[in-house]
Amino acid sequence: MLATLRDLLRFNPEFRIGALLLAVVVGMAALSFVSPYAPLDTFVVAPDVPPSWQHPFGTTSRGQDVFWQLTFAIRNTLSFGILVAVLSRLLSLLIGLVAGYKGGWVDRVLMAINDTFIAIPLFPILVLFYFVLRDAMSWTALAVIMALLGWAYDARLIRALALSLKSREFTYTGLFSGMTTRELLLREHLPYVMPIVFATTMNNMNWSIGLEVTLSVLGFTDINSPTVGGMIYWANQHTALVAGVWWWIAFPVALVVLLFIGLFLLAVSMNEHIDPRSRLRRMGAEGGA
Amino acid sequence: MAPLLELDGVSKTFGGLLRRRRVAAVRDVSFTLAGTRPEVVTLLGQSGSGKTTLARMILGLERPTSGRLCVEGEDIARLRHGRARRRLLRLVQPIFQNPFEAFNPLTQVDHYLVLTARRFGGAGDRTQAEALTDTALRQVGLSLAEVARRYPHELSGGQLQRLAIARALLAKPKLIVADEPVSMVDASLRMAIVNLFKTLRGELGISIVYITHDLATAYVVSDRIMVMRAGEVVESGDARQVLIAPQHAYSRELKGAVLVPRFTAPDGDRVTAIPEH
Amino acid sequence: MTADAANLTGAAPEPAGMPRAPVLRVEGLKAYYRTRHFGVEREVKAVDGVSFEVRDNEIYGLAGESSSGKSTLLKAIAAAMRPPLQVVGGTVRLRFLGGKSIHAATPAELAALRWRKLSYIMQGSMSALNPVRRVRRSFEDFAARHLGGTGGGFEARVIEHLGRVALDKSVLEAYPHELSGGMRQRVTIALATICRPDLVIADEPTTALDVVVQKDTLDMLRAVARQTRASLLLVTHDLGVHAYLTDRLGIMYGGRLVEEAATERLFQAPYHPYSKHLIASLPVIGAEAPKVTLPGAPPNLAAPPPGCRFHPRCPLAMERCRRETPQMLEVAPQHRVACFAVGGPA
Repeated sequence: MLATLRDLLRFNPEFRIGALLLAVVVGMAALSFVSPYAPLDTFVVAPDVPPSWQHPFGTTSRGQDVFWQLTFAIRNTLSFGILVAVLSRLLSLLIGLVAGYKGGWVDRVLMAINDTFIAIPLFPILVLFYFVLRDAMSWTALAVIMALLGWAYDARLIRALALSLKSREFTYTGLFSGMTTRELLLREHLPYVMPIVFATTMNNMNWSIGLEVTLSVLGFTDINSPTVGGMIYWANQHTALVAGVWWWIAFPVALVVLLFIGLFLLAVSMNEHIDPRSRLRRMGAEGGA
Repeated sequence: MAPLLELDGVSKTFGGLLRRRRVAAVRDVSFTLAGTRPEVVTLLGQSGSGKTTLARMILGLERPTSGRLCVEGEDIARLRHGRARRRLLRLVQPIFQNPFEAFNPLTQVDHYLVLTARRFGGAGDRTQAEALTDTALRQVGLSLAEVARRYPHELSGGQLQRLAIARALLAKPKLIVADEPVSMVDASLRMAIVNLFKTLRGELGISIVYITHDLATAYVVSDRIMVMRAGEVVESGDARQVLIAPQHAYSRELKGAVLVPRFTAPDGDRVTAIPEH
Repeated sequence: MTADAANLTGAAPEPAGMPRAPVLRVEGLKAYYRTRHFGVEREVKAVDGVSFEVRDNEIYGLAGESSSGKSTLLKAIAAAMRPPLQVVGGTVRLRFLGGKSIHAATPAELAALRWRKLSYIMQGSMSALNPVRRVRRSFEDFAARHLGGTGGGFEARVIEHLGRVALDKSVLEAYPHELSGGMRQRVTIALATICRPDLVIADEPTTALDVVVQKDTLDMLRAVARQTRASLLLVTHDLGVHAYLTDRLGIMYGGRLVEEAATERLFQAPYHPYSKHLIASLPVIGAEAPKVTLPGAPPNLAAPPPGCRFHPRCPLAMERCRRETPQMLEVAPQHRVACFAVGGPA
């Protein structure tokens, strides 16, 4: 695993850039632990100060340092995205692999459920949950709800792959060697499925974070605990752009865009690397007379 | 004692109510492998003859649409789960056509053999399993030292196919179903594997259902031959008889299509003397 | 229209007048795959010094197994290479290029060559036919350019040519998937020969076909080649096909030619230990099962054995075989072998 990362760093420029961007973002998130200001305090510094040496990203109309706010914001946003991604990957892997391998009525039932979830319009449902749960709508709750809404697409992808793997001869060899279904899925099929899981993880994170930002900007989330979307929400409340306080919006947006690009580049480069075909090529299996 | 393998009016049709075309892949096939004496039965046919579908049914990978298919007296259509199914998996083992696909390219090949030894071969622990594996490998002309920790792409088609045979042997089967086992193996390695099948029958007492389109290898390895065409058996009988003096028009057509070198003497003897230099 | 008797027996017709220069002459050809993945360089010596020639109006066979280099050799001869495959040495001269190496030809010259002088029947030829267009369109796409357009006598010529491969003109209106594998292969043969090229290269043309269809297809291939006075370079691992069809045969191993002779002579008196083994291991109906063994496995062309590529498996291997590479030397008229033990003066 470490050798893989080392190889990628050395030879793959996309990976290098992606890793760099992600390092910047994660670095920002880590800085939140040494922030001189508590995240929820307001009016601790002079408001509406443009970027300067003292406040590198400026301050907000609520008297908060944009830079240090951003460290908390990005930490929360990132954690949220990771939580959603992990939960929904587990769900889509489980459902996709089982449906693909078992086939028959199991497959039909699972895919019927799957298609229902795909058809559900996300946004109205999320808004509905907000109105129903109100104050009980914590970040964890939102993460769970989004994970439950975000597995369906990818489960189908994984199922398609599982179907094709099922009919490959090495699956039968495993079967006739006495492998249990669990062994077959985890040991023989999973390596082929991982590239898709990886690619979809990055996409999933981009999706969930994007949705979170949207919801927050509209005020449908817990706006007290700071997130990137929350910052933009408050900026809008104070009509920051009209008032000329552009730095309040620009820096959060810039950082989240960096995050998106970094995740995308990482996904693309790691995918190419993990893909069994390129692994085989590297091991020397392909090419030649 | 129940016969090892018994087929009675077995048919398989693909496609049904919702599909537009129904394909009858296998039509009303019946034969018996007594099992009292091991034998090699060849299913000889070209593409579309249904031989592969029949093989898959014998292996339990497909269910007949009609008819009975019994292994050691038990109708396999009724064995779905659990111990009965596992028993069938052990008794009837496969050899596939493509040696490069038979093993997961990302898995070391000895893993399958050791696993088979432990799950089906009666090995109690890893050491025993490795010992059994080595014995099986030697029976096919390889050894554990040669293949331990190797990946499939590091071995040739011939070695992989022999590995597949060794793996099948470890399950202590009574029947091996080999689907075109040498058609993707290099010509120079082919005869070694075909001869291996004869050894399996002669020394280890395992019966073999050998599926092929090639008449020549069918001739040298089989006891009985069943010529298949469009899902039906058109002729069956002793191998020498069917191939040297075929009765059915289709069998004659097949035999007539075997390529004969241009420089063969008229009575059919191949000019084979290879003088020493 | 039926092929005449001489063509059915496969006898090469008598050359009229002066014998022409060989259609193809390959000298010292070396083609390697050079790849670089994550800093690891690999060089696969797929073809490593091959020399032979294909004469006028003859059927020349190349036999070899996996990792013999025969498919790469064909790609190099037809100048149908893409990186990472590169020609690193040797020449491929075609008579109709006037002695110039094909690799020195410009893309325009190559385009003019294809189908008119040199055509290629690939393995799994079904894919040469566009699945969403009728067969007629494939003829128009490929051949019209070289036969002077689709007007006038074009259709008549196509129908006449299809007759040579026993295909009815109704085939023109069909889509490829409506035809059987054998018929598709015959369409491909017709396409490859309609412009009367000097050289037709066929790579495993009948491998995917049934026994009965294979024989008919080979008969037609021979008939068409004889009638259009084309030479045929036939590559297949199936020695039975070579014995049936070819005039001369070359055996490849590990990226090199190890023996070459008239087919009949090679089957009756092979010299090289590998050829002997190959020929002895052909099963025949009516004969006992050949009991032959050849230890080891085909060479890994990324790290081939030094000296003679066959020496690790050879029953006659000597010290010299490990150190030096044997060259192809004549041991009998028109019969070459590359072996220190049995070939040429020691």
